[in-house]
Amino acid sequence: MQALVARYGGPITALMIFTSLVWVLGLLLLPQLTMIDYSFRPALPLAEIGGPKDVYTLENYTFLFGNAGFLTIFAKTIWSSILVTIAAFAICYPLAYYLARGTSIGRARLLIVALIIPYWINEILRTFAWMLILARGGLINMALMELGVIDQPIVFLGQTPTIVLGMVYAYVLFMVFPIYNVLDTLDKAQVEAARDLGAPWWCIHWRIALPHAKPGIAVGCISTFMLAAGSYAVPTILGGPQSRWFTEVIYSQFFEGMNWNRGAAFAFLLLLVCVTFIVIMMRLFRVSLGEVAK
Amino acid sequence: MSIGESVHLENVTMRFGDFTAVDDVSLEIEAGEFFSFLGPSGCGKTTILRMISGFNEPSAGRVLIGGRDMRGSGPNRRPTALIFQNLALFPLMPVWENVAFGLEMRGMARSARRRRAEELLDLVALGNAGDKRVADLSGGQRQRVAIARALAVEPKVMLLDEPLSALDLKLRQHMRAELRAIQKRTGVTFIYITHDQGEALTMSDRIAVMSRGRLEQVARPDAVYNEPATPFAASFVGEANIFQGRVVGLSAEEVEIETDLGRMRARNGGDLRQGDRAMLFVRPERSSIALGGDGGRIEAELVEMEFEGSFINLRLRAPNRQPIMVQMANDGGLGEMARMASVPVSFAARAAIALPEGELAHQ
Repeated sequence: MQALVARYGGPITALMIFTSLVWVLGLLLLPQLTMIDYSFRPALPLAEIGGPKDVYTLENYTFLFGNAGFLTIFAKTIWSSILVTIAAFAICYPLAYYLARGTSIGRARLLIVALIIPYWINEILRTFAWMLILARGGLINMALMELGVIDQPIVFLGQTPTIVLGMVYAYVLFMVFPIYNVLDTLDKAQVEAARDLGAPWWCIHWRIALPHAKPGIAVGCISTFMLAAGSYAVPTILGGPQSRWFTEVIYSQFFEGMNWNRGAAFAFLLLLVCVTFIVIMMRLFRVSLGEVAK
Repeated sequence: MSIGESVHLENVTMRFGDFTAVDDVSLEIEAGEFFSFLGPSGCGKTTILRMISGFNEPSAGRVLIGGRDMRGSGPNRRPTALIFQNLALFPLMPVWENVAFGLEMRGMARSARRRRAEELLDLVALGNAGDKRVADLSGGQRQRVAIARALAVEPKVMLLDEPLSALDLKLRQHMRAELRAIQKRTGVTFIYITHDQGEALTMSDRIAVMSRGRLEQVARPDAVYNEPATPFAASFVGEANIFQGRVVGLSAEEVEIETDLGRMRARNGGDLRQGDRAMLFVRPERSSIALGGDGGRIEAELVEMEFEGSFINLRLRAPNRQPIMVQMANDGGLGEMARMASVPVSFAARAAIALPEGELAHQ
């Protein structure tokens, strides 16, 4: 604090603290607290809000656990997001290792740019591209029909695996870069020393590269899981009634059912699961919050 | 423990694009020998080490270890262990797992390798450090962990890539003795890379002096110092006063050379013939402040005296302004000399060696 004042002077320090506080309190904390408050109240007509029926209750939460349909969607969303995370890791670790260790710097830069360019396009448009590829009359079905492999188009859209695929594609970058960044700092001599001592290639990964990459893997998994669990565009575009995502349920509670209280309760539950996931990942990879924040 | 194996290099060449890092090197390193490659950075010595360890395959020629051709065998399949310049210890493993890593790769059970690791740590005087983290060790201790880790796989040939360069002077001198002792005790062939002539001279059975990818000289340390084969070897190893000239006289063993500073005589170190351009080398400690000396005699001007205790370094200047160094034993007669306007420097022909003109080391 004193250092800040000494460096920037009183007024600027005050401004910095003021704007940070407005942001954290006004834009983050207060709306969240309001939502939590909503989630513990019953949905009432406008006239009865603040009246005798407006009491704290758990019924918005118990509703979810009493509703098999919603509960299934909730569980499936979590499970599918875990699948997305695992698939993204399986693709990204070899890729990140190749970028960091397996190729020249010039080549790696080129590949990184090639990885980033698709992300200049909006997530919705990128997901639409997958729709064109996977639709009934889309690229894959047309090609397979032409080749005579199938005579009826395969229905891809509306299936959960398709959504998982779309999400892996949409969020793969959030897994590649954290892992690439840590692998880039792995000393080449470490890998050579392990080889010299007789380690086969998979053992070098298991004992040297993966442990070194742990913080990056944790960050990548957390980001990917959070994005997947909270994704709205991908399941809306690629999904159907059979593959509803929990975010869609929350949306419909808010804007179709006009039940903000239940929507808030659902949203809060999703947040709780995500936070639990972060804690589990940090335990699992034995990384601290500081390392993740890096 | 294991006994070393020989290493043969047969016309080994290594090219990286247009650059020839190692140029047609042939060499036989005997089993159980402590052999050093000595040269300035970029001379190709590390490349040779990487070819022996298997990280690089030579562009041409063969590497044989224990008489077996090593082409196609990766570093994990050669009977070698490499100690890296930065040691490359695994920071996320405790010390004992570092030491036991090679045994783990060979499928030894955990309890057995733990026991073996403790034995090896005892050998390098780190008996109680097994559970420590690498980051908590001092530079010298890490050095020993690296040695123990390499010894654990019972290599026939130990390759050391300037492993002492990160240590301070005192520790470095201590570790020299220790490395030498470990080599004697285990009988493993040690191949040591260094640009530090002190390390090479004190530890090695034999030294290969390298420059620009070629071998300048392969010989025992005293022979490299006393009988340098090339101007590069003579100027890279130790200090030398160098006089250039032309051969004007030949006898059975000696040559006479006409230099800027008059005629000088020296041993013929390289088949010099009448009229050849030659370089004459004489070590500072074999030059003396005296009138005698059948090799050469220069009236020099005293520039500086460095008192080192048991000996004194004199920095002088010849009439042609060439710097000359003389090292003399401290006989107590120092004050006398400081008052002399000019000092006679001379040396015996036996003490000097004449070689065909060639490239000198930049120091």
